[in-house]
Amino acid sequence: MRFVLNGKRADVDAPPLKRLLDVLREDCGLTGTKEGCGEGECGACTVLVDGVPVNACLVPFAHARGRRVTTIEGVRGRAAAAFAREGGTQCGICTPGVVMAAATLGPRPTAARVRAALAGNLCRCTGYAGIVRALAGRRAAPRPRVLAASRAAKTTRG
Amino acid sequence: MATPLSRLALRQPRSLAQALRWLRDDGPLVPLAGCTDLYVGVHFGAAPGPCFLDLADLAPLRGIRLRGDTLSIGALTTHAELFGSPLVRRRLPMLAAAAREVGSPQIQNRGTLGGNVANASPAGDTLPVLAVAEAEVVLRSADGERRVPFTSFYTGYRQTVMRRDELIVRFEIPPVRGRQWFRKIGTRAAQAISKVVIAAVRAPAPRVALGSVAPTVVRLPRTETLLASGGTLAEAQALLQDEIAPIDDIRSTAAYRRRVAANLLAQFWAETGRPVRAR
Amino acid sequence: MRVVGRSVPRQEGLDKARGAARYVDDLRFPGMLHARTIRTTIPRGELLGVRLGFDPNGFTIVDHRDVPGRNVVALIQEDQPFLVEREVRHAEEAVLLLAHEDKETLATARVDLEYRREEPVLDPERSSHAFKQIAIGKGDLGRGFAQADLVVEGEYRTGRQEHVAIEPQGVIAVPSADGMTVIGSLQCPFYVQKALAVLLGLPPQSVRVVQAETGGGFGGKEDYPSIVAGHAALLARKAGRPVKLVYDRLEEMAATTKRHPSIVRHRTGVARDGRLTALEIEVLFDGGAYCTLSPVVLSRGCLHATGPYSCDNVSVRGRVVRTNTPPCGAFRGFGAPQTVFAAEVQMERVAEALGMDPVRLRERNALRPGDTTATGQRLGEDASALAVLREAVKRSGYHHKRRAWRGTGRGIGLALFHHGAGFTGSGEVMLASRAALELTPRGARVLVASTEMGQGARTTLAQIVAEALGVPLGRIEVAEPDTARVPDSGPTVASRTCMVVGRLLEACALEMKARLGGLSPAAYLKRHGPLTITRQYEPPPRGAWDDSTYRGDAYGTFGWGCTVAEVELDPVSYELRPTRVTAVAEIGRAVNPLMAAGQVEGGTAQGLGFALLEEVVMRDGRMANAQLTNYLVPTTLDTPPIDVTILESPYRRGPFGAKGIGEMPMSGPGPAVANAARSLGLDVRCLPITPERVLECASSSTESVPTSTRRR
Repeated sequence: MRFVLNGKRADVDAPPLKRLLDVLREDCGLTGTKEGCGEGECGACTVLVDGVPVNACLVPFAHARGRRVTTIEGVRGRAAAAFAREGGTQCGICTPGVVMAAATLGPRPTAARVRAALAGNLCRCTGYAGIVRALAGRRAAPRPRVLAASRAAKTTRG
Repeated sequence: MATPLSRLALRQPRSLAQALRWLRDDGPLVPLAGCTDLYVGVHFGAAPGPCFLDLADLAPLRGIRLRGDTLSIGALTTHAELFGSPLVRRRLPMLAAAAREVGSPQIQNRGTLGGNVANASPAGDTLPVLAVAEAEVVLRSADGERRVPFTSFYTGYRQTVMRRDELIVRFEIPPVRGRQWFRKIGTRAAQAISKVVIAAVRAPAPRVALGSVAPTVVRLPRTETLLASGGTLAEAQALLQDEIAPIDDIRSTAAYRRRVAANLLAQFWAETGRPVRAR
Repeated sequence: MRVVGRSVPRQEGLDKARGAARYVDDLRFPGMLHARTIRTTIPRGELLGVRLGFDPNGFTIVDHRDVPGRNVVALIQEDQPFLVEREVRHAEEAVLLLAHEDKETLATARVDLEYRREEPVLDPERSSHAFKQIAIGKGDLGRGFAQADLVVEGEYRTGRQEHVAIEPQGVIAVPSADGMTVIGSLQCPFYVQKALAVLLGLPPQSVRVVQAETGGGFGGKEDYPSIVAGHAALLARKAGRPVKLVYDRLEEMAATTKRHPSIVRHRTGVARDGRLTALEIEVLFDGGAYCTLSPVVLSRGCLHATGPYSCDNVSVRGRVVRTNTPPCGAFRGFGAPQTVFAAEVQMERVAEALGMDPVRLRERNALRPGDTTATGQRLGEDASALAVLREAVKRSGYHHKRRAWRGTGRGIGLALFHHGAGFTGSGEVMLASRAALELTPRGARVLVASTEMGQGARTTLAQIVAEALGVPLGRIEVAEPDTARVPDSGPTVASRTCMVVGRLLEACALEMKARLGGLSPAAYLKRHGPLTITRQYEPPPRGAWDDSTYRGDAYGTFGWGCTVAEVELDPVSYELRPTRVTAVAEIGRAVNPLMAAGQVEGGTAQGLGFALLEEVVMRDGRMANAQLTNYLVPTTLDTPPIDVTILESPYRRGPFGAKGIGEMPMSGPGPAVANAARSLGLDVRCLPITPERVLECASSSTESVPTSTRRR
């Protein structure tokens, strides 16, 4: 079946009802897209189909016919560096799905927009703080303050 | 354990007519569209099947348009298309609101209105909206077209009047006069199944529908009549309890659902009683 | 060049963000088979028969008779079999293992199990078997209660919690002529090696365990991977081919370990001026069907049960008991989140009973340098309870908000807590951890068994070595945790990696620097040949621990934390929404501040899940909501902004002063949210605080609960 994969024409022979997730991981050898639940709840399998984020575990391969499919392997841009720099990735298993779901955000999204776009992506490591920081900047999710304990507040009053 | 693929088959019709012929002659075939409920079932080995009918390319099932005064929404319209449509946002803002609350962005990009309705879950987020909007479900079979009022569409828990050889092609919604209101109380703030969901219209003859409080979505005819005839809110909240039948389940309790349904009625009444404020 | 204290990006960050990091399920081996576990469906009884309803051609089938060594999971008590022989002690217990080339054939193979059912014990209060009992005593309770002006009693409950690491359990076993190699998603390669050596009847050196990139652990991959690995290894051995065993989410949720449910009872004597005079605490944990790590979980739970407070008269008595449910195990915090929940809600109720400001009560009793704990441990200068409390109260605007929000449906609450870093008591001595540093032409290579699972171990250990050795960070490699290659540095648990293993590496690096004597690594190697420095853990000189009396120095040191939670109560839905969390943590020294904050942020979010959303519903001894649609983990919209302040108070025996941090943040949110709910008039004493429970609470309270007028 013909479709466009990461900008290149692809022709893959796989059963039409096979999950797109499995076609990508097994038939196409692209293991960047992950399976976290198989029930469309965690978003780790997020890919773009015609530019729009979907859960690849819930898409039959037949529905990719003639469409543009983009996986994490096909993403260019500065998102990856921002994630690495701002603590947006810890164990990393949710990160490809997060980066794909965030692909629809514009250049300088607000924290609220980031959270809305990523409402379908579960992360268990970061508390989403590093992810918001990576995508919306340090003003949206400030880095920690670090102080000597001796400089902490001296009173509980107030 | 996932339903084995080798036991499943997919038929891909090139036209609606072909699809309907196959449904009549080669059944049973299970229609497949966004797959956001179906594939969860497949994954847990609880899917219907084994033969599926792919609706994805059927043009007559797509599109949002105004036909005279009637808003016509194709069955294959996704939730994202619903809240992205200026026409839906203008004419049926409560449907746009509901569509935004279904699942997650990934689910909204694939799940369809027809799928939400055909899946027949009592917790379906768009169902109370269609119930108060008094939509008409347009069904087609190889024998022709049939129209069913949405309020008569469900006959029991996960049961509809649809015949096996029928497809939902579109929904037709007459103009809704009055202020529209929608709220979903989910299990959490996003990616949630509703515990109680309400759609309502404030008009001289108010309309209220609730999901997740009975085996099907329900309108509240006696509560509506009481409100129309000037009954108090407290009386309406009491009457409402007789028109719903919530249960304890894995997500919530009957007691919670009863109380919250009453609270939602009150919130609807209070918020739609005010003069219109710019959003 | 200063690299400790800088938020350098994690070494493998770009790979992870590009999808290039390879986890177990991304790996493939020639001739590899897929595996599946057949499990019991009843909580207690006797297995009478196993009937295969499929053509066994092409299958490898393993049951307990295929075990060459001993059919026990070697951990603390040897009571848990890898495979059921006859006795069924919980649902989801493994009976049969299948392997096949084709996933679909594997999935559709039908197996029928026949049982004689027995009445299960599902209520921990009805259990007659304790895996462990602990008693901690200080002073004289009778005298303490006699001195009290007021006595407050309470009972507090928490339930099971599931880790939900986004990567499920997974292992690939590759057999060889004289042994077995296992590649897995795991926290403790040497635990797995030990368990497999016993199972397979092999000397440990014949079992090689390699940690793959691991997508989250949180304790769920501390001991359970030994079972996954053992199962895969048995199949691989029988088939003579590599076997991959990866769990799907449903199996993961239904069958693997959970946080221990708790029932904690407090009886507190307090003087009118707020001084605690007597603390009597009973702790009951439900351990599930087998011992696993329960004795140690109970230990940590009991050692933190008093909260970070000083009191002359203390009794803590704890039991962890057996029920016919899937065994509980390690989960971030390891018993402390449960007992801290009880302690901190109890403190709030004591403040209420006294008519005293909850902050002032805590300030009055907080442990200070020089105070002794319930086990008689004298605290050093780095005891920062007051610092974290004061900073959190100031930073969050606690008092102002408490006053301003009265009657508005917004609430604010706090929790003060501490967390012992490293293994309890003599644990670190018994572990006898070792770390090694190998000189390379460019710099050095770290050889430790500590595993990276997102917490930043790989990067922070490299930072410590780079700074101590005086070499740029980019020249430090960290070897893959491979039992054939690295020494046993102990498990990656107990908030010990940075503090204990990092300290060993710091010592290695300092010695290496001295030996280099100014030569570059390349020049040294050329002149003198290879150089590897190994160091082994040595306990601190004073404060020995007595396991039989539970007295002495329980931990090398403690981290200190304070969490302030702000919530909003929705009057229509009774949802308690967290709007902001302020977290202050004193952790000695932040080797990598951004990563330290990441532990606080992530632990706080997981703690919020524990507080508000996450409930394992058990029916007939099985998890009834074993799907992510029904077991609710916080999404982006359920998690508020988290304001993090790290306080530094160097610990002499930590690398550059660092203590542990990974678990401590978990203890704060449960009680902080409960105390915020309390400020709204909701008497909440169990977790999670679901809207259904809020409604019950509000219905049964005599005062009307103020609710928010802010629209959603």
